[in-house]
Amino acid sequence: MLWHIRPDSLRAIWEDIMKAERRPHAASNVSLALRAWNIRRKALLMGEVQGQGYIGQALGIADVLAASYFHALEYRPEDPEWEGRDRFLLSIGHYAIALYAVLMEAGILPEEELETYGMDDSRMPMSGMASYTPGMEITGGSLGHGLGIAVGMALGMKRKRSPAFVYNLMSDGELGEGSTWEAVMSAVQWKLDNLICLVDFNDQQADGKSTAALAQGREEDKWAAFGWHAQRIDGNDLVAVVAAFDAAREAPEGQPRVIIFDTRMCKGVDFLESREITHFVRVEPDEWSKALTVLEEGKPQ
Amino acid sequence: MTLASMNRKYEPRKVPEKKVATSAMIASLAAEGYDTVSAPFGHALVEAAKKDDKIVGLSADLAKYTDLHIFANAMPDRFYQMGMAEQLLMSAAAGLAREGFNPFATTYAVFASRRAYDFIAMAIAEENLPVKICCALPGLTTGYGPSHQATEDLAIFRGLPNMTIIDPCDADDITGMIPQLAAHDGPVYTRLPRGKVPSVLTRHKPDYKFQLGKAQTIREGKDVLVVSTGFMTMRALDAAVALETDNIDVGVLHVPTIKPLDTATILEEARKGGRLVVTAENHTVVGGLGEAVARTLLIEGVTPSFRMIGLPDAFLEAGALPTLHEMYGLTVDRIAAQIKGWL
Repeated sequence: MLWHIRPDSLRAIWEDIMKAERRPHAASNVSLALRAWNIRRKALLMGEVQGQGYIGQALGIADVLAASYFHALEYRPEDPEWEGRDRFLLSIGHYAIALYAVLMEAGILPEEELETYGMDDSRMPMSGMASYTPGMEITGGSLGHGLGIAVGMALGMKRKRSPAFVYNLMSDGELGEGSTWEAVMSAVQWKLDNLICLVDFNDQQADGKSTAALAQGREEDKWAAFGWHAQRIDGNDLVAVVAAFDAAREAPEGQPRVIIFDTRMCKGVDFLESREITHFVRVEPDEWSKALTVLEEGKPQ
Repeated sequence: MTLASMNRKYEPRKVPEKKVATSAMIASLAAEGYDTVSAPFGHALVEAAKKDDKIVGLSADLAKYTDLHIFANAMPDRFYQMGMAEQLLMSAAAGLAREGFNPFATTYAVFASRRAYDFIAMAIAEENLPVKICCALPGLTTGYGPSHQATEDLAIFRGLPNMTIIDPCDADDITGMIPQLAAHDGPVYTRLPRGKVPSVLTRHKPDYKFQLGKAQTIREGKDVLVVSTGFMTMRALDAAVALETDNIDVGVLHVPTIKPLDTATILEEARKGGRLVVTAENHTVVGGLGEAVARTLLIEGVTPSFRMIGLPDAFLEAGALPTLHEMYGLTVDRIAAQIKGWL
């Protein structure tokens, strides 16, 4: 593929990127387990503010987000639109509560704004939108959009000869959207080895189990059959999650990469975990503080 | 399906004596006497891309049928064949725009407006990204039937915030608009005459130049003001010439930019006393130029006699294009006859 030669104006940016210390966040003394715990705690605090929220998903995906922002991704907290950053697209707008938590943990959003979550004039609306929030790359929520946009961004970054990756976090429900599969095929056509798709497989969509709807069969085999480098792992096993991110980044040249994470809704708060799990977990007003207490007891050392 | 065709589904037909072919996709709209320009969109885009290295072209398996193949052949490394996947086409164009590029995405008007709407709305328009969506076969420009006749695309996109909407008349409009679209920092939907496209406007007004957002008087006339867009401006101009023999003096205001609408010019022209105002568009009378002009006049209390020429609120028949234009009142003769009848 003959890519367009990058404009000279970009040369300085790439030199800057290549000189920079690679992923300084990964070198922190704070363990990923503690990062994940902090993400869960912040998400619960935000849920308490509104008395509602997609807390089941946030607790389930916290480990993947911790590994994303404190192991895999390149970014500068003080400059969320830094050209050299790895792009992280949240296709699933309703997971915004989880992304706000990790953006605060990463220092991209100020923690003081936590209690504005979902309020009028907040920078953290209930569903994620690019125009509201630093670090929110796209407006998600209309499901099946993220991966197609990621394909376009990955094409654009190839044109610029950017060394960065595009990550797209999507849900198992989005495996039912035809547009997802258009993008799956396109990523192979254009050999987008700078694209890493993350699928949160918690087997819950609005009306029930994803595996009772369109997520039939072995999802990782489907992606592999299309030509993707595909992994499927326990998304709440941090060691496995980290290894999967490493394997994805180092996958064979020319191949787009997907990691399907089997996650447990409400992970980390046992009385919610054992509740009959649904897409929108109902939490009673007095249960938010109870959940925070339970989480506190499980704080990693 | 159309009522007329459904009711006659089981009625055997005879081979007609005069065989008229269903218009192919490449049907030219050129009227007798106008010069034509070949693939003006493709050539204008190549010229614009020479000046702006951020311009890229994308198509969903319709490059050859939207004149984008000219660009693809001239600048192959800046062309993306996205396959027959319109949702992807729009999402990927949004992604390229996010990375600082200036994407021109082409398909047919039906597929952009109907199939890819959510992706245009949320990935492109809501984010106000500078994606230029250029679509062939607008309105009734093919005889293939409703699957390919985008008779409601303007109505669909008029409801979408941030969108600039263009319905160019001819090769002069296309050649003039491409550099202006390239420079526009926001989403655009433009209809696209393709193939051999007539040059009409400069014939009637030699100094005509397309201006984004501007309606322009192409012809003065004291009895009737036709406010028209797309190829209906060509038909209106020809009808105006035809009506000269009846001593009916018809002015034509060409409105290539449907949104934002140049309400100031429309009001100024409509206020020029005593003229019948007629809108003319290659689009359903629901939600297009006609209704946009009507609301503009009503809000300002400008109330001349007012009529609309456009396609009916119906799924249209298949057949030869000239037959269909005659059937639905888009021909020069039908337009002239209607105007005469209204006076």
